[in-house]
Amino acid sequence: MSAAMDTESTYSGYSHYSGHSKKAHRQGSRDRHKSPRSKDGSRSEKSVTIQTPPAEPLLGNDASRAEEGQDDNWGETTTAITGTSEHSISQEDIARISKDLEDSVGLDCKRYLGLTVAAVLGLLVFLTPIAFILLPQILWRDDLEPCGTVCEGLFISVAFKLLILLIGTWALFFRQPKADLPRVFVFRALLLVLIFLFVFSYWLFYGVRILDSKDTNYQGIVQYAVSLVDALLFIHYLAIVLLELRQLQPMFTLKVVRSTDGESRYYSLGHLSIQRAALVVLENYYRDFTVYNPALLTASKSRAAKHMAGLKVYNVDGPGNNASGQSRAMIAAAARRRDSSHNELYYEEADHERRVKKRRARLVVAVEEAFTHIKRLQAEEQQKAPGEMMDPREAAQAIFPSMARALQKYLRTTRQQQYHSMESILQHLSFCITNNMTPKAFLERYLNPGPTLQYDRDRWFSKQWTLVSEEAVTSGLQDGIVFVLKCLDFSLVVNVKKIPFIKLSEEFIDPKSHKFVLRLQSETSV
Amino acid sequence: NAFEISSLITILSYLISFSFQQRIEIHKLRQGDNLILGFSIGGGIDQDPTQNPFSEDKTDKGIYVTRVTEGGPAEVAGLQIGDKIMQVNGWDMTMVTHDQARKRLTKRNEEVVRLLVTRQSLQKAVQQSMMS
Repeated sequence: MSAAMDTESTYSGYSHYSGHSKKAHRQGSRDRHKSPRSKDGSRSEKSVTIQTPPAEPLLGNDASRAEEGQDDNWGETTTAITGTSEHSISQEDIARISKDLEDSVGLDCKRYLGLTVAAVLGLLVFLTPIAFILLPQILWRDDLEPCGTVCEGLFISVAFKLLILLIGTWALFFRQPKADLPRVFVFRALLLVLIFLFVFSYWLFYGVRILDSKDTNYQGIVQYAVSLVDALLFIHYLAIVLLELRQLQPMFTLKVVRSTDGESRYYSLGHLSIQRAALVVLENYYRDFTVYNPALLTASKSRAAKHMAGLKVYNVDGPGNNASGQSRAMIAAAARRRDSSHNELYYEEADHERRVKKRRARLVVAVEEAFTHIKRLQAEEQQKAPGEMMDPREAAQAIFPSMARALQKYLRTTRQQQYHSMESILQHLSFCITNNMTPKAFLERYLNPGPTLQYDRDRWFSKQWTLVSEEAVTSGLQDGIVFVLKCLDFSLVVNVKKIPFIKLSEEFIDPKSHKFVLRLQSETSV
Repeated sequence: NAFEISSLITILSYLISFSFQQRIEIHKLRQGDNLILGFSIGGGIDQDPTQNPFSEDKTDKGIYVTRVTEGGPAEVAGLQIGDKIMQVNGWDMTMVTHDQARKRLTKRNEEVVRLLVTRQSLQKAVQQSMMS
């Protein structure tokens, strides 16, 4: 029962072959990555690129050659078939592999450097007040003035304030970084610099005035340490306001449009830098936008190609290559000629709609019928008939064949078949059975294309993003800014608009002022 | 000379417009116990003048003829739909309520009612001839 795996199974042989070979002068890194290969096979429906094996083995690889058991004329006798897909496989494949390589080497160094600097600074800052208090005790204990209750009170307050600072810092800053941004965070860098300067100046003062002169007023020293902790708490407050609170109030509305099919969404954001706004948009992209399906895009391109095809330009007036004139003439002729492609589009779309609806009806009926065969066993019934009991997976496998054909046909018609493998369908079915879902709930995933997050990571066409912007990416959002988030297959165009200033005025209506009259127009016959 | 001519024309046009307040005499028809006139009225100072389809000025609260029954006494006498009734037997009808108008028209002891009506089509024709 190869439900939705037709295209993939045909090409498994080739990926197997290319994975096997270890010859050095095959195209670069192709052999190291088996997974992109199988991905390619399923993505494009018809094209196959077959590489010719090299003629002579290197460095005594005779053993491996013997293993493969191919005949030497394999290269000459094989034909390479390229189908109707728009990209050539090799180009796409190389681009994808180079991106994967970039991923693994990564910009992790930059991230970890930033983290270590911040951690070291944090530790230093935390230990400073303690050091301020302890150093006089260690160095010139005997000279210090005794300072009884007041100092003890101050010690307690320092301890608790440090504890609060610790908890606050943990809550605010110790979070898993969820993204790699191209430029450094301006506000964070600013805060780090501020803290550094602050603590440095305190240490300077302490070193000069207290350590050098061996001040004996211990209470003064402890109060100095307390003032440092207070100031640190205020810097923490500043950090909260700058990093978290400032962008909460919505100031801008972003319109995000996907370039391939025009799907658009609106998001409201506050004052953010362009890179952070891009991050928000991407996080929401995976949840809100339906998954990118390249199979749905081929129709419009073929229509456009047919429109311009069939027109040839002949230069009758003699030599002279007027290229722009020729192309303009072609466009004018194409516009003028009576073509009925709009008719075709209309009937094609109506036909497709009807077909989809029919298949959908068949699918719904088949699934409903299949679900009636399953009944959940209650606890006491479970002891009575142990032989027939099945766990959810087995139950799913039992009812799957009756709906498989209808489901496969429906997925083919809506061009979703590469997103759902048989294994995933079985898993979903057993999940639905376990959770007492109705047939409609089971079908919800297949009847409408869902967001990208719903599907397997391999099916996502969008993992590595590039931010293209005319303004600096750390500058704030402003009205009218446009930036583009590009990934390999499509891009998201983001348009920023400011939320208008709203003038709200008040009008008081006395509840007693609601009065009405009856207005008639009667007609009397006399 | 020109002054005399224009003043003469003005006097004549006023006379004409007044004369196009038509006088209609209706003889009531006896039907069983009732005397009917054969038309319906609408309007009145207690009604909504904006809903009157026949008036040119939508604040006009006068009494208008909204329907004329076929072959009835009103049609025979020459009353037309859309006429505004100015007087009934000498009683003014421009500032009456709907019910008062009905009562004035349906007095049981009167067999003949004499109405003074104006008609928009005629008024317009006069105005146009005055302007041209």
